[in-house]
Amino acid sequence: MATNIEVSKQPAIVSSLRDSWVMILRSSRHILRNTDQLLGTFFQPIMFLVLFTAVYSGAINVGSDDSYTNYLMAGLIVQTLAFGSTTTAIAVANDLQKGIIDRFRSLPMSDIAVLNGHVVSDVLRNMISAVVLIVAGFVIGFRPDASFVDWLLLILLTVLLTLAFSWLSAILGIVSKSVEGVQWLTFVTVFPLTFASSAFVDPETMSSWLRGFAEHQPITHIVDTYRALLIGTPLGDSWWIALLWLVGIIVVAMPVATYVFTRKTSA
Amino acid sequence: MATSDAIVIKNLKKSYGKTSVLKGVSFRVKRGSMVALLGPNGAGKTTTVRALSTLLGYDSGTLTIDGYDVKTQPDEVRSVIGLTGQSAAVDELLTGRENLEMVGLLYRLTSRSARQRADELLHDFDLVDAADRPAKTYSGGMRRRLDLAVSLIATPPVIFLDEPTTGLDPRSRLAMWKIIEKLKSQGTTILLTTQYLEEADQLADRIVVIDHGKVIAEGTAKELKSKIGNDRLELTFDDIATYDAAKKLLVSSLTGDDDKSLTVTIKINDTNADVRQVLSKLSRAKINIASMAIQKPTLDDVFLQLTDKKDS
Repeated sequence: MATNIEVSKQPAIVSSLRDSWVMILRSSRHILRNTDQLLGTFFQPIMFLVLFTAVYSGAINVGSDDSYTNYLMAGLIVQTLAFGSTTTAIAVANDLQKGIIDRFRSLPMSDIAVLNGHVVSDVLRNMISAVVLIVAGFVIGFRPDASFVDWLLLILLTVLLTLAFSWLSAILGIVSKSVEGVQWLTFVTVFPLTFASSAFVDPETMSSWLRGFAEHQPITHIVDTYRALLIGTPLGDSWWIALLWLVGIIVVAMPVATYVFTRKTSA
Repeated sequence: MATSDAIVIKNLKKSYGKTSVLKGVSFRVKRGSMVALLGPNGAGKTTTVRALSTLLGYDSGTLTIDGYDVKTQPDEVRSVIGLTGQSAAVDELLTGRENLEMVGLLYRLTSRSARQRADELLHDFDLVDAADRPAKTYSGGMRRRLDLAVSLIATPPVIFLDEPTTGLDPRSRLAMWKIIEKLKSQGTTILLTTQYLEEADQLADRIVVIDHGKVIAEGTAKELKSKIGNDRLELTFDDIATYDAAKKLLVSSLTGDDDKSLTVTIKINDTNADVRQVLSKLSRAKINIASMAIQKPTLDDVFLQLTDKKDS
């Protein structure tokens, strides 16, 4: 009955890359099938966009000639990407708490492929939601003056940011005890970090105790870099500080996530 | 000798902190045969299977599958085993076909092979109509079938079935049994865990009875049943007078009595002869019975008897 099966004989490194590819396909399918979550990732930023421009634009002084919509977009994009990356935490926690992880562990596959799948598929989702957000921005008056090269740099920055945040959130997903706990934890991390930054208002206008933090934390540098590329605000030192943070996070979070994952799942 | 055994477990021990879950479990499974690991909840069945399938570290003992050591050669072990049942699962958001192909690729099959095997298994397991629906829409029976199909995608020579029918309705259970029997007839080595004596009896070549982390009996279903006990005849009477009279009359073959329900229990070896003899004895003494039942040994009896013997 059973036909002869062919096993592909490849070097270990090729096999584990192939495992990761299989898991990226899996996680991407999850993203596209999980329509509730997908709609949420689209509509939350659009809702913010409408609220902020309609409610605050008159009251907020951003200290430049640009419209508030133009100022706001960089902040909204970064917040959306940060929230998008937290789905890795939820997906990893789900895998660990449902039986599926045992299935994977009983297979002759590379264990880390499970994490790679979730992290890399986050890049796909984040790209989609960034495009949706920017298109929505156009509709209500967002007018970027980014050149072709600027757009390429923005794409690169988005990939880097997603990888950094998703590896961080992978760690959260691994060490957490429940999926609900992860959701709550990512919420109370992303919200204050993005609001206490240059995402929605100029930190200069914040109360002095918060200002010191807001001006120096990584989200501000990342947002300022996005903003400079999108609407040509002065760049200053932000770009290399942002880059250093993102690369630094990836370099640290990736091995840490791998370590805690292996420890959690190894027999 | 060693090569004829696909699974060898020697003195497997595992404890969580102070709680000792497995206290030195040993048994073997011959290549191409099916062994049922029978025991109540918490006996250590799943722990044993998880240790064998590389999912759980163990404190001491030697586990060998197809000649590979579980502790030192986990990857080799993983490529020859398939795991299904309560410790495995399917991806709910993927379709049946996608689940099969994904696991096929992770077993390192070529994409063509994975596709072909997926088609075959969908057909064999009667899942063709549901093949392209997400697994979360499947019924309990379909999900178990898919789960088993997924673990067979690379036709591994050794299969662990961890309580494959627990929670299934009778029809799905029968369908599952048919599939397992077919698998066995194809020469796959199978270790099945179950809490149902009937299931072990029906499917397995040999039964290993486990309780409190220890093997308490081992043998074929027949051997075990004769060791464990026979069918029992239960006679219930209308009033205390006839009950007492019957007790006196049958005293030599009595194995139990209960004043409250007015029931006596008699061990029988040969259903026809023994029952006829008891009934004719009673009718000669003009004792009427209210009701009568023949009880097969149940898993409860098995455990009660086996653990009783050990305690005394």
